[in-house]
Parts: sequence; C-alpha cells; structure tokens
Amino acid sequence: MEIGLEHYLIVAAILFTLGIFGIFLNRKNVIIILMSIELMLLAVNINLVAFSTHLGDLTGQVFALLVLTVAAAEAAIGLAILVVYFRNRNTIAVEDINLMKG
Amino acid sequence: MILHGIAFYVFASVAIAAGFMVISARNPVHSVLFLILAFFNSAALFVLLGAEFLAMILIIVYVGAVAVLFLFVVMMLDIDFVELREGFLQYLPLGGLVGLILLAELFLVVGSWVVSPEATDVIASATPPMSDVTNAEALGRVLYTQYVYFFQSAGIVLLIAMIGAIVLTLRKKSGVKRQVIADQVARKREDAVELKNIEPGQGI
Repeated sequence: MEIGLEHYLIVAAILFTLGIFGIFLNRKNVIIILMSIELMLLAVNINLVAFSTHLGDLTGQVFALLVLTVAAAEAAIGLAILVVYFRNRNTIAVEDINLMKG
Repeated sequence: MILHGIAFYVFASVAIAAGFMVISARNPVHSVLFLILAFFNSAALFVLLGAEFLAMILIIVYVGAVAVLFLFVVMMLDIDFVELREGFLQYLPLGGLVGLILLAELFLVVGSWVVSPEATDVIASATPPMSDVTNAEALGRVLYTQYVYFFQSAGIVLLIAMIGAIVLTLRKKSGVKRQVIADQVARKREDAVELKNIEPGQGI
C-alpha cells in the first residue's frame, strides 16, 4: 500500500498529543516536561519534512533545521536553569517555583 | 513499495510506543533512553521521506547532545523521583481529556484538508531531482545562499544558549585554593627567604 503524506501527518499528530499528555501527566517533574517539549518539537519537524517532500520544496527542511537548533538551545538553557534551581532549593518540584523571589 | 510500507509502519509504531514510554516510565533514566529510541525511529522516518541530511543531524544533535545532556542532569541531580510522581493518577483524567480532544481535532484536520492547486506556484526553493543532487548538497545550496541570514542567526542562537548555560551554572567556590600565575611571577626572593645571622656555638 502507498504511504502518503497523511500517514506521516498522523504519526506527527500522535507524537504531538503524547507531548501535551506528558506535560499534564508529569506536572511535578520538570525533566519529563522538558522531554515532552522535545517530543512536540520532533512532531513539528516530522510535519515540516513531510510537507517539504510532498510539495518538493526544500524550505521546509531548512525550517526544520532551524527548529532543531532552537530545540537544542532550549534544552541547554532549560537544564541549566534546572541545575541552578536544584542547587538553591534541593528539589525540582514545579509547584515550588512560584515561591521564587528576587 | 511494500518494503517501504512495512518500514514505515515499523518505525512509526516504535516511535509512538517510545514516545508513550517517555511520558509514562517510572524511572527518568528510562524516559531519556526511550526518548533516544523515539529520535532514532524519527530519523529513520526522515530517511524514508528522503531527508537524509536532517536524519543524520537529528541523530547527532538529539541523541549525541540533547539526550546525553538530559541523561547527565538526571543522573547528576540527587532527586527523589518517587515524590515527584505523586499526583500522577490525579492528573490523568484531565490530561487524557485534553489529549483526546486535541488528537480528535488533529485527525479532523488531517482527514479533511487538500493541497491548494496554486501551492506549486509559490515554491520558494524547489527540490532538485534526487538523481542529480544528494539531499545534503541540495540543502547546502539553498542554506548558504538563499537562507544564509537564517543560518547565521541560528548560529547566534546557539552561541547565546552556550554562553547562557555557562553563565547560569558557573559558580565561584569560596575557600578553594587556585593557582594565580601573576602572583607566582611577581614573587621576589625577599618575600620568601629571610637570612639570620647566627653566632657560632649558640644555636637558634
């Protein structure tokens, strides 16, 4: 059977939903939330590349490359903030973050 | 063609299963490992789509850098993960509801859209035929010419992220002795050695 654009879009949709679901499910664990965000960005990348191939336009792949860059930067900064937060409070529970002052 | 279909279904199902395990695994280290599996299978999907360069970049950047960074942080911080999992079942109904609604909406969109016939007129940089140019070369031809400013700004984003991560996590420890080369070079003989004139037979 022919594998078309729709198949890839459905995979990306399921992965994106899993990312959203993961954020809800692991509300206390920032590390899993960051991983869920990575999953969502991956789904976006699959969408971009699928459309790029389907339409024969390389711009989609260039854009996916930029999304990849921003995702890597975001992971680095997010984890750095996490490490600093853990040093100060000895926990990474998300509910306590709103207690931060100054 | 049948092989292509089988490969797609294998990679897609493993990617989705790994994605599910990422959010539901009990141990965050397992979550990171399943994230790596999901990235590997997505890279395989990219290869099936004909985007080999992005597939390799995905493996290098995500598996080689981001996932290792996650693994590093998970293992370095001494976190009580059991305590963090409290309320997992409490958030399950709301999260499941939101997820199902979103998934239904996405399926509605995927099921009903059509490509506009004018879409082929607005192609910004057409993919050259695969037989002439490889995917990496084709991408390089547009990335370094048409999209060179975007490429440079991506580099700046990475530079800022690197500096930010270093500035955030660098800490000066007090009470640690460090080598100060300027002090060593500026040291004179008089600072270190003191000569005493001792009379013979008297001792010190």
